Amino acid sequence: MPRPILSSALAAAGGLWLIRNLHVVTLQLPDEAAQGAVYRNLFFHVPAWFTCFTAFAFAGLAGIAYIVRKRMVFDTLAVACVEAGVAFTLIGLATGSIWARIIWGIWWTWDARLTWALITCLVYFGYLMLRESLDDPTSRARISAVFSTFAFVSVAITYKSIEWWRTQHPGPVLDFRTGGGQIDKAMQSALYHNWGALMLIAAALVLIRMRQEDSRRELEALRRYVHAQ
Amino acid sequence: MRFARHVAAIAGKDLRAEIRTKEGFNAALAFAVVILILFSFAIDPTSEQMREMSGGLLWIVFAFAGALVLNRSFPRETPNDSLDVLLASPVSPPALLLGKTIANFVILIAIESLCLPLFGILYNMDWTRQPALLAATLLLATWAITVIGTVFSALTVNLRLRELMLPVLIYPMLIPALMAAMKLTTLLIAGAPPEPGDWLWFRLLIGFDIIFTLLAQALVETVLLG
Repeated sequence: MPRPILSSALAAAGGLWLIRNLHVVTLQLPDEAAQGAVYRNLFFHVPAWFTCFTAFAFAGLAGIAYIVRKRMVFDTLAVACVEAGVAFTLIGLATGSIWARIIWGIWWTWDARLTWALITCLVYFGYLMLRESLDDPTSRARISAVFSTFAFVSVAITYKSIEWWRTQHPGPVLDFRTGGGQIDKAMQSALYHNWGALMLIAAALVLIRMRQEDSRRELEALRRYVHAQ
Repeated sequence: MRFARHVAAIAGKDLRAEIRTKEGFNAALAFAVVILILFSFAIDPTSEQMREMSGGLLWIVFAFAGALVLNRSFPRETPNDSLDVLLASPVSPPALLLGKTIANFVILIAIESLCLPLFGILYNMDWTRQPALLAATLLLATWAITVIGTVFSALTVNLRLRELMLPVLIYPMLIPALMAAMKLTTLLIAGAPPEPGDWLWFRLLIGFDIIFTLLAQALVETVLLG
């Protein structure tokens, strides 16, 4: 399937799935016993984080793949995944802040996971800035691949070390982390559905961004060709 | 053996250049002293809180001074295409990186050894209560700063705005190491012997150093040669 049609199909499927999920979350599921209506935020907050982890993991793997194989498609995939990941990180931070304002009474606290999320965001902003300051496509691909490998390792270490430093964020509730019994089955299923929908949207964004990156590289090549004439 | 000789040659070359010109050293030391003095305006230096903040303050100073030293590490090789000459020489990129890392490490340790007594005098702190462990913390965390900083100095050598980019790129990555160093330094300056839980931070520093040294050695060829 050509990429434009594939990305549109993924976006449409993700959008429709999201509408279906919104119906379930807002009209079918009851309010949570302790938190009231605001817990519905969770259905966007947690899937947004899962989506951003997935995107960053793909970006890290794409970076390593570029170092090993030296093929531009891996660089294109890496930058597309990082940008999609950063977008979902911002969604995760914003939804988290709204929830915290209502439940904790504050927009922000220096809790382990919040701090980690912010640092991850900073590291990947650095990645995007680094790319912008490199003109030559090959060295841009090479240097950002090395950076993304360092970034991925550092983000993994930071995750564990900040947990030793401070923690306040609610612990895991989903069955695959706790072994079951922490969350209502219907709520958990709505959460996974929303993750699926967000993943489809993220995949559509990645495909669109990959196309843009290809066009950008083509334009840069043409510009160099014209200058050389 | 050849590798060790090459590493020593590169480290010796960088250190000799630094001892003769003292450009990076003087600038970084002056910068560190200025920040140490500026902190006295930001916080009340006589308060008990100062003791609790000592580790944080010191490592912010060291990290800032470190960025100045590291910023010059590879860019100093760009005039007259010295970097190309180094790469064309029998010295392998990992040896080049390790040599430069060791030179930066020595310079930064020298700056820290001057700043620490000055910090003790300015803020009325006795920092000599746990000298061996404090030295171990300084060595481990400084190695973390220099190993990441040097490889990133190679990464950003051809960048526009590289002086600005290096700190933006390395500080977020250094957070686990800086966190451990701050925690340990505060504890050790307060004079308390480390509790069993505190050894965790030493383990973190050692693990961080090993992982990033290996990663830098593995990736430096891609960075410098493509």
